[in-house]
Amino acid sequence: MARVEVRNVSLTFGAHKAVDDVSISFEDGGFYALLGPSGSGKTTLLRMIAGFEFPDEGSIHIGGEAVESVPVNKRRIGMVFQNYALFPNMSVAGNVAFGLQVRGEKGETVRRDVADALELVQLGHLADRRPHQLSGGQRQRVALARAIVTKPRVLLLDEPLSALDKALRTDMQVELKRIQREVGVTTIFVTHDQDEALSISDRIGILNNGRIVQEGAPEEIYDRPKSEFAATFLGDANIFAGTFDGTRLRLQNGEAIDLPSDARPANGDLRLAIRPERVRLVPSAALAESGSSQSSSHLAGTITRRMFSGSQSTYLVESGGQEYKAIVMRGNAGELEVGTPVAMQWDRSDLIVL
Amino acid sequence: MIRTPAFLSGLGRFYIGLVLLFLYLPLAIMAAMSFNVSPFYQLPFEGTTEWYLALSGNDSLIEASLNSLKIAVLTTIIATILGTAASLALFRYDFAGKRVIQSLLFPPIAIPWLISGTAMLIFFFGTGIGRGLHAILLGHVALALPYVIIVVSARLATFSRDLEDAAASLGASSWQTTWKVTLPCIAPGIVAGALFAFAVSFDQFVISYFLATPGQTTLPVEIYAAIRKGFTPEINAVSTIIILFSMGLMLVVSRFFRFGGSQ
Repeated sequence: MARVEVRNVSLTFGAHKAVDDVSISFEDGGFYALLGPSGSGKTTLLRMIAGFEFPDEGSIHIGGEAVESVPVNKRRIGMVFQNYALFPNMSVAGNVAFGLQVRGEKGETVRRDVADALELVQLGHLADRRPHQLSGGQRQRVALARAIVTKPRVLLLDEPLSALDKALRTDMQVELKRIQREVGVTTIFVTHDQDEALSISDRIGILNNGRIVQEGAPEEIYDRPKSEFAATFLGDANIFAGTFDGTRLRLQNGEAIDLPSDARPANGDLRLAIRPERVRLVPSAALAESGSSQSSSHLAGTITRRMFSGSQSTYLVESGGQEYKAIVMRGNAGELEVGTPVAMQWDRSDLIVL
Repeated sequence: MIRTPAFLSGLGRFYIGLVLLFLYLPLAIMAAMSFNVSPFYQLPFEGTTEWYLALSGNDSLIEASLNSLKIAVLTTIIATILGTAASLALFRYDFAGKRVIQSLLFPPIAIPWLISGTAMLIFFFGTGIGRGLHAILLGHVALALPYVIIVVSARLATFSRDLEDAAASLGASSWQTTWKVTLPCIAPGIVAGALFAFAVSFDQFVISYFLATPGQTTLPVEIYAAIRKGFTPEINAVSTIIILFSMGLMLVVSRFFRFGGSQ
C-alpha cells in the first residue's frame, strides 16, 4: 500500500503523443478512476504505472521509490486485465497461488493466503474449477483475488467490468468497492464509463488527448467542470456559447442570458453550461397566464423530441437554431407533447462558467 | 443438429468406406503377407513367423531401423526445441527482418525434396561436413524446423499476450512466465510440431538417400536398396512392425492431446 506519484510523464508512440506531460498523485488507500474516451491515454498511463510501458520523460514514484525504469515484475503491483487474463492451464486456486509461488512462498503460507483471498471474493467453493468453467463475474473475482493476494503496493484495473452485462456490472462495482475498503490498497481504475467512475471512485481524473483535463472528487467535477470537455464527458450538459458584454451573455441568435451573480468573467467569448436536470420546462401558455416571464432566466423554444425512461423523461428543445436537453422527473406534472412551445427556466446559480 | 437425407448418408458411408479401403487395405495385405509362408504373395494363406525370425538375423535392416529411430528422435528433440524457441521469439519481439524470416519459412516445405537433397549434398560436400548419419541428422533438422515453427506459431496466434503480462505483473520473471504459463498453454501445438518433425524425419527417403553412406544408412534407404536387390518377405515383416509402431505412437499422442480443443 502506497502513494503513487506521477510527475510530468510523457510517452510518444511514433508521431502520436499518447501521454502528454501528465502529473497526478494517488493518495495512499484512495480509489481513483482515470476516465476518458478511447485514445485519451488513460490505459497507456496505467500501463506506465504498471511497468509495461516506460515514459520518455518524467518520473513515477510508488511509495516514495522511483520506479520508472523498474521492470513490471519487480514493481510489486497487482493488475486486473480487461479480459481477466486467467491462466487457462491452472485451477482457480492455482491462478491465485501463482504470484505467491513465483516469489518463492511455499506450502502452508500459500494455502492459507489463497484460501483467504478466495474467501474475500466469495469464491472459496470454486477453488478447484478451471477458468473456462466459470462465469464472467466469477472470472472477474478470481482475477481480483489473484491481483491482491500478493499484497501489492497499488492495484491497477484496466476496464475490468466492461465485459460484463449491466446488472452484473453494478453488482461488481459494489463488490469491488467493498473489497478495496477491506484491503485498503491504493486503487487506480481505468474506465470510459462515466457512471462507473462517478459511482465507484473517491476521485476522478479525466483525460483527453493524453492530458489530464481535470482531477477531483466526483461531485466536485460534476458540479464545477472547468472545461466543456469535462462538462460533457462526465454527465450531460447544455452549452451556451456567446459573447460576454459586461452584464449578460449574448448568444449568436441575439438572446441574452444572465450569469451567476458571483461570476466575474472577462469581456469577450464565453461559454456557460447547465446540467439537463437543472432545466425546467414551462409551457409558454401557462407562463403567459401567470405573467412571470421575466422573473428568472429563460429561453423560449419548442419541444422536438421526448424520450421516456421510466422515472424520468428527457426532452429535446429547439431554440434559436440550437438543441437543448432537459431531464424532468416524472411527478405530478403531465407529460409535454412534441411541438409544444415552452420556456426553459433555470436558477442562475446552476449555471457553470467554463 | 443437421439431419442428413438417408440416400446421402448411404453415399457418404460408401465414400468413407472407399477412402479407408484404399488407405488401409494395402497395409493390411502387407501385414497379412508378413505372416504367410509363400514369399510371393501366394494363397492359400499359411501362417508362419519365419520372416520375423529371418528379420531378427538381418543385421543391416535392424541397424538401419535403429539409425532411423535415433535420427528421428534426435531430429524431433532438436527441431522442437529450436522451433519452439524461434516461434516464441517471432511472437514476442519485433526486430528487423522479422517478416522476411517468416516468409522464408514456407518455401522449404514446397521445394521438392530431391532438389533440397541435391543442394544439401553439394553444400555438405563443399563445406567438408560430408555424408553420414550426422549429415542426415543436420538435413532432417533443417527440413523439420519450418513445420515446427509454423505449427507452434499457429498455436501462439490463439495465445493472449495478456497472459504473459499478467504473469509479469504478479512478479514472475520472463523465464518463469515462459515455463509456467506460455509453454503449458501452447503444449498441444508443441506436441503437434514434434509429431510433424518425427514424421518428416522417419519418413524421409530422398535426402537420407543422398546423404547416406554404405555403412550409415536409414531404414527407408535400406528397404529401397533391398527391394532393388530383390524383394524379400522380411520387408513385409519390418514394414508391419513400423506400421504398428507409428500407429501406436499417434494413438498415444492423440489420447493425451486433443488437437484444436482449447483445453
